[in-house]
Amino acid sequence: MATEVLMPALSPTMEEGTLAKWLVKEGDEVASGDIIAEIETDKATMEFEAVDEGIIGKILVEEGTEGVKVNTPIAVLIEEGESADDIATPAATQPGADMPEAAEAPVETKVAAKPAAPVIPAEPEVPEGTEMRSTTVREALRDAMAEEMRADDTVFLMGEEVAEYQGAYKISQGLLDEFGAKRVIDTPITEHGFTGLATGAAMGGLKPIVEFMTFNFAMQAIDHIINTAAKTRYMSGGQMSCPIVFRGANGAAARVAAQHSQDYAAWYAQIPGLHVAMPYSAADAKGLLKTAIRDENPVVFLENELLYGQSFDVPVMDDYTVPFGKARIWREGTDVTIVSFGIGMKYALEAADALAEDGISAEVIDLRTLRPLDYDTVINSVMKTNRCITVEEGWPVASIGNHLSAQIMERAFDYLDAPVINLTGKDVPMPYAANLEKLALVTTKEVIDAAKAVTYR
Amino acid sequence: MAARKSAPKKPAKSNTSKEELLNHYREMLLIRRFEEKAGQLYGMGLIGGFCHLYIGQEAVVVGLEAAAKEGDKRLTSYRDHGHMLACGMDPKGVMAELTGREGGYSKGKGGSMHMFSTEKHFYGGHGIVGAQVPIGTGLAFADKYLDNGGVTFTYFGDGAANQGQVYESFNMASLWQLPVIYVVENNQYAMGTSLQRSSSTPDIYTRGEAFGIPGEAVDGMDVLAVKEAGLRATEHCRSGNGPYILEMKTYRYRGHSMSDPAKYRTREEVQKIREERDAIEHVRELILQGKHASEDELKSIDKEIKGIVNDAAEFSKNSPEPALEELWTDIYADDTRLGVHA
Repeated sequence: MATEVLMPALSPTMEEGTLAKWLVKEGDEVASGDIIAEIETDKATMEFEAVDEGIIGKILVEEGTEGVKVNTPIAVLIEEGESADDIATPAATQPGADMPEAAEAPVETKVAAKPAAPVIPAEPEVPEGTEMRSTTVREALRDAMAEEMRADDTVFLMGEEVAEYQGAYKISQGLLDEFGAKRVIDTPITEHGFTGLATGAAMGGLKPIVEFMTFNFAMQAIDHIINTAAKTRYMSGGQMSCPIVFRGANGAAARVAAQHSQDYAAWYAQIPGLHVAMPYSAADAKGLLKTAIRDENPVVFLENELLYGQSFDVPVMDDYTVPFGKARIWREGTDVTIVSFGIGMKYALEAADALAEDGISAEVIDLRTLRPLDYDTVINSVMKTNRCITVEEGWPVASIGNHLSAQIMERAFDYLDAPVINLTGKDVPMPYAANLEKLALVTTKEVIDAAKAVTYR
Repeated sequence: MAARKSAPKKPAKSNTSKEELLNHYREMLLIRRFEEKAGQLYGMGLIGGFCHLYIGQEAVVVGLEAAAKEGDKRLTSYRDHGHMLACGMDPKGVMAELTGREGGYSKGKGGSMHMFSTEKHFYGGHGIVGAQVPIGTGLAFADKYLDNGGVTFTYFGDGAANQGQVYESFNMASLWQLPVIYVVENNQYAMGTSLQRSSSTPDIYTRGEAFGIPGEAVDGMDVLAVKEAGLRATEHCRSGNGPYILEMKTYRYRGHSMSDPAKYRTREEVQKIREERDAIEHVRELILQGKHASEDELKSIDKEIKGIVNDAAEFSKNSPEPALEELWTDIYADDTRLGVHA
């Protein structure tokens, strides 16, 4: 019986990968455990082992092929006496049968299924006619660091696996080659220690970028972020500053359960002395990170693993920066204001698309930075739409949404036609089981339902 | 790289000039008198909160400052008044910070435990036990990165020596050969817990061995021994050999803070150290024995120091409280974009 060898998912967030190299050829015998190929994921190049034994009957995906979807058949294993030609057809006719977004989908479904790609309204600081280039959030972050490191010798990057490994999530890919080991520094696994060390280096005249592999691990180091970095300027009566960026993946990834899935937005946003940025798009990731690196204040820069591989248009400019404290209105609307940030924007925008079909016009605001926070844009919008819902991934108690609700109540109480609804992650540790994880996270449907509730539809 | 223990020997008097001895005497006395005055002002309600006095440990900072060069950095824990005076910060500014006044080093916003001076390269004044250790390691990282030849004196106590971040720092400092001197001020009590009750080993200077960091124990009550050890350590660091550990065997005469009744040790124990090992008395004897100064000359130094301390106290009482607008300044580089309630 011929067996299909499928493109494997080799990281929690991998959806597709590059088949970098075949280590076997057609006709080779393989046993289970033999390494048959090298596959490049969104994070690293991984060796791929055969699970079954047999003969490589046919290689379906040539080496060097990029963008091979997970679960696509990449080869066929046959038993002795079988011919590879016998099984070539089924593999070719049903690629990714369980993937609704496959390229072979009928044209009309393709159009309907693909949500209208959010058109990013041009920032006032981007001149009309500026060329836009499709860039992943991952590349945008790397470009931001590289540009700032070229401009300022005192900027350096430090963290676990940032140099020789090229970044646990490949954010720092290529930086070691360009800037050398003096400025792209692999640390031991010692978050408390290297965060304190980098904070001291910032006080000593450098501009460190500290990468936390994920912000879950920054809990080991949070004393230095808050007690040292955020408070030094105040405690020294303005004599000393701590210009440092703490950045890394924040929030839930996929199926990594309770200790690796947590959104710290509300935690850090509470701290005077810190700036807190949480971009959604690649353009904002780049522009905000450049601003963060130049900031004389300590910045907590919250990224999201699930967004790293997403592409957005980024303006091609010599020096594209995005100011802190200025929300972006992604979509103008008249019936309800949806306020979100980070990956919450994905649900907010999807919901706005669906609501539009039901005749509800939603205005969608991306806060982009949580400290400073652009209250005015939110209040002005609520005064126009008279309704507001907030969307975030963090827990419900003392959330960013709670804080905004209070501000809206204080400043726009008479404008409200319905209570503000805060959509958040559920008040539970993140479960591992796929169905429970889905249940724990905020969903597009919840956003749609909340918008209908506040518009009394 | 093995740890070694220097013999707590009496220094050769011939090596030490009259001027140097008198300077040490003057500087140690300034710290002691300043701290006594601070204790007094605390008792009068002029100083609030926590106030940790340095009395008894003066030889440590004075000896090491004598080994430092211009541009070297230093930082310590919350028991920081002595370090600030020893590195040349103005007693008026320090005392006014203790009283929470506008004329204090942090404009009254830091207090006893949180003071800084960019001018004197004093990087705090840190309130979290052990947190200054990676910060000091980072200052040394910056020195090496900038290749400026500087050394950072990172002070911490026998209590902080049990914090995990100390060993995370040791590892990185040795791995990256950072010019940092870890000065363990072993005053034998972590608040109320003696070293015997908190440490699995009697000597802290050996704790760098696992990381390949040389260390030595030093009689921290002997300012000349401290200075010599400091010169060895700075030489080691400046030659690019990485970090060095100096364990200063010292003693604090007062409680952990002003509110500590110090029931964990006997009055006799404290008295015995004061009589037998007092750092200031030791130098005083050297001066008199070497006929570097007469009793009368020393008395006039005493009087001069007393005057400086009284002036500092007067300044700290008369300096106004910070303006109310100061609540909202120095939070960000640009304070015009503050949080929600500004």
